[in-house]
Amino acid sequence: MWFERWRHVLPLKLRSLFRRDAVERELDDELQYHIERQIDALVAGGMTADAARTAALRAIGGVEVRKEECRDTRGFSLIDMTVRDLRHALRVLRRSPLFTAIAIGSLAVGIGANAALFQLIDLIQLRSVPVASPHELAEIKVKGSRAFGISDGFNSEITYPLWEQIRDHQQAFSGVFAWGVFRPFVGRGAEAQRAIALWASGSLFRVLGIAPERGRLLVDSDDRRGCGAGAVVISHAFWQRDFGGKDSVVGARLQILDQTFTVVGVTPAGFTGLEVGRSFDVVIPVCSAALWGDALDQRHYWWLTVMGRLKPSWTIAAADAQLRGLSPGFFEATVPSGYSAESTKRYLGFVLGAVPASRGVSGLREDYGRSLWLLLVMTALVLLITCGNLATLLLARSRARAREIMVRIAIGATTRRVLWQLLIESLLIGFAGAALSVPVALLSSRALVAFLSPDWNPIHLNLALNWRVVTFAGSVALVTSILFGLLPSVRLSLVSPVSVLRRAGRGLTLDRTRALFQRGLVVTQIAMSLVLVVSAVLFVRSFRNLIDVKIGFEPDNLLAVSFADLAASGLSLERRMVFQQALADAIRMTPGVVAAASSTHTPLNGASWSQGFRFTSVAIDARTGSKFSYVDPDYFETMKIPLVAGRLLASSDTTVRQRVIVVNEAFVRTQLQGRSPLGATLRTFAEPGYPATVYEIVGVVRDTMYASLRGGMPAIAFVPMAQHPNPRAWTNVLVRTDGSIGVADGIRRSVARLSPGIVVQVGEIKRQIRELSLAERLMAWLAGAFGALATTLAGIGLYGLVAYLAAARRHEIGIRLSLGSTRAQVIGLMMRDTARLVVGGLAVGVPLSFLAMRSVNALLFGPAPTALTPAAAAVVLAGVTAVSAGIPAWRASRLDPIATLHME
Amino acid sequence: MSRPADLVQGTLDLLILKILALEPQHGWAISQRLKQVSRDVLQVSDGSLYPALHKLEQQGWIKAEWKPSENNRKAKFYSLTRIGRRQLEREMADWQRLSSAISLVVQLPEG
Repeated sequence: MWFERWRHVLPLKLRSLFRRDAVERELDDELQYHIERQIDALVAGGMTADAARTAALRAIGGVEVRKEECRDTRGFSLIDMTVRDLRHALRVLRRSPLFTAIAIGSLAVGIGANAALFQLIDLIQLRSVPVASPHELAEIKVKGSRAFGISDGFNSEITYPLWEQIRDHQQAFSGVFAWGVFRPFVGRGAEAQRAIALWASGSLFRVLGIAPERGRLLVDSDDRRGCGAGAVVISHAFWQRDFGGKDSVVGARLQILDQTFTVVGVTPAGFTGLEVGRSFDVVIPVCSAALWGDALDQRHYWWLTVMGRLKPSWTIAAADAQLRGLSPGFFEATVPSGYSAESTKRYLGFVLGAVPASRGVSGLREDYGRSLWLLLVMTALVLLITCGNLATLLLARSRARAREIMVRIAIGATTRRVLWQLLIESLLIGFAGAALSVPVALLSSRALVAFLSPDWNPIHLNLALNWRVVTFAGSVALVTSILFGLLPSVRLSLVSPVSVLRRAGRGLTLDRTRALFQRGLVVTQIAMSLVLVVSAVLFVRSFRNLIDVKIGFEPDNLLAVSFADLAASGLSLERRMVFQQALADAIRMTPGVVAAASSTHTPLNGASWSQGFRFTSVAIDARTGSKFSYVDPDYFETMKIPLVAGRLLASSDTTVRQRVIVVNEAFVRTQLQGRSPLGATLRTFAEPGYPATVYEIVGVVRDTMYASLRGGMPAIAFVPMAQHPNPRAWTNVLVRTDGSIGVADGIRRSVARLSPGIVVQVGEIKRQIRELSLAERLMAWLAGAFGALATTLAGIGLYGLVAYLAAARRHEIGIRLSLGSTRAQVIGLMMRDTARLVVGGLAVGVPLSFLAMRSVNALLFGPAPTALTPAAAAVVLAGVTAVSAGIPAWRASRLDPIATLHME
Repeated sequence: MSRPADLVQGTLDLLILKILALEPQHGWAISQRLKQVSRDVLQVSDGSLYPALHKLEQQGWIKAEWKPSENNRKAKFYSLTRIGRRQLEREMADWQRLSSAISLVVQLPEG
């Protein structure tokens, strides 16, 4: 019904608004037509032309009057009124440019920060992967914790033999696919560069439903055992970067490590893989992994992610139940050999399950998800405090505006109209702020990502502006405008003209109710600021704990050198071992190098190797375990780890001698439970490539950190590299330098002289450690900044309130002073009032702070925070508020009572 | 005065809607038709007709269209919309009720 009415009426309204001239002309034409017809009719009836015209016009009764009546029927449309109100609001805002600039500027920053965090959370946490029907995707992995065998970093959940079982026997999915990540050198010789490659089963693109940009994508026939170096597909970005986006890419040769592949196609620009925040350059059929090892046959090497697309009638729960039923058979068929009976039994007990994977997988999500949500909460709080200040500013303006509003109400404006008018002003400020917030948001999200993105593994997120961010900024602007605009507007519109007249500069005491509202604002601001200051203290302290943490070795001037051999892979293992020895010597001879040692483990790079064993000489019967590192004898000198007891490893400790280990103090403390370590023996449990071996402890060194800064100092056993049961070429070399510049380049040159086919990567351990604390560094900086900002804003808010109260109480203060009050008494009067507000705010804020402390505890490093933190924060905040209230109170006490009273 | 005193409030709307229910008409024709069918009893001033037409248009009950008229000049022709027709039915029913109620009162025997 209303729809039909508006179908006719809306075009009329729009026409009278935007085509006013045409509407006026038609009105004129319509009346003229009537008059002429009437004249014609009267003349036909025998009147003279002049008499007829007079009669016709008289019958109309004044053309202009009639026109006006017709116009009145159109009424003021809502749009029409809004346009007028907008014009009026613009005029009002232009009249006070400072207020407008402050309001819009602070909103732009506040909304921008919120929108930036929303953009990151949206990209990392909320988005589905850009493929058809993403909700049908599920990931298949072992349920619960799976500490077994070797894992290849993030999201390595399935072994190849297990993948074959899933692929051949599952029924819940219309298609399944497997993929893994690989970082080979791509290109020839000196042009070789580290690239990100995906291993992919032939089914990946079919199941995901991705169409090629050029050529074709990988298909099932590309992926069969024994495929060798065949077809590869490259990403759109890699195509543009390395092939100039030319069509000739299809059929081009691409060297990956020592093998030459053929590019058969390009993936579309929108597809950047299934790991959020990471991109890829090349997709290689998973069968080609056999070119560089036996990953396809290793039953204890977890390196693949397996996903599937559910059949139309299947649910995740049903798929999960089906996988559970199939699990015993799968694990029975793939049980790895070489493990102890205990480990084998554990393997057979594993159960596969299905979890939703519509959002893909994401290491970023796991590392930073909570931090980002927390930062969003903090920026929202800062924005709320900003709103409080804007509301206070608007209210302060109301002293001037009250007169204008009184006049408008007096000449007949309704309260609703006045309210709407005031709201339009704040909406205008809000949306101007939102518009300016967009560039702020885009810059901030880029800065955040650049900060969190390590050089070796850049974060790839599409940070271009999108409608979701714009919608978010718009909604935040709407809510904030209403928050800071509506409440003061309601207060203003309730003012009766009479009371304004009476109060105009004359009232003795101030309007209690209005101050009540402002007092509430200040109390809320102080409470929120306390929460933010407490968070700031917590995160800054956590970060300090993390960077001050004892790592046990000297990280300055320490380099980690890794190699990739692109040419000499045909050499036998013995030849390569000899060659590696020559390399290590070449590095030691490089100017600026103080010491160097090979090691299977680079400290604090996240990698970990554990070995289970049982003591044979000591009466500790239980199976136990420890971190194991295989190192050169020079390792301890290179790392500067001091010896505590016994001896260090020696170059004479080779396979022909007794197998020996050096352990750290944590090992003695936890594994040996304080028993005398020297001479104790232990037997390791067998693992593939690592047969059971008896080792004798010959020395004890100081504790060091191992894989991560948060892992503490675990028990570590150091085995001589020469006694490695399964020698591999190209272990990393740790290098201690004298700090001179250019050592890294010197090492590269030394290696290049020895063999130009070897690619060397040199990384600083110090920098690596820095990257481990990125999240903490970010939280410390941002939380600290927000805490300081909140305190400043709350201070400004309080300053504004006290100044406002002082202005409103000028006469009262003037009278008090002239009646003999001292200035100190006046300051006391103002400050007592303020103290109540501050105490109120802190009383609300302290319980909230304890809640905040509980919820952020998981993100903190070091000892748990105590009640001291909120107490200290409260003292700081009380100090700041005392100063910001003190200044206007002091100024109020300086006013000249005579002059004040004379002004009446 | 824009409204003739002798027309009950709202009656003019009913008359216009009724006339337009027969066929689309322009303003002058409507005014002629009003005089003609009421045998000059209902004196609607030409002036008050146009505000009434514009009001009905703004309410969505009638719609307007510029078309050539009898004398080959373009005139603004009004016609009933669907909701206008429904409004007419409603107003006619109201009018019937009102007028029969008034007749009953008027026909009360005196004494």
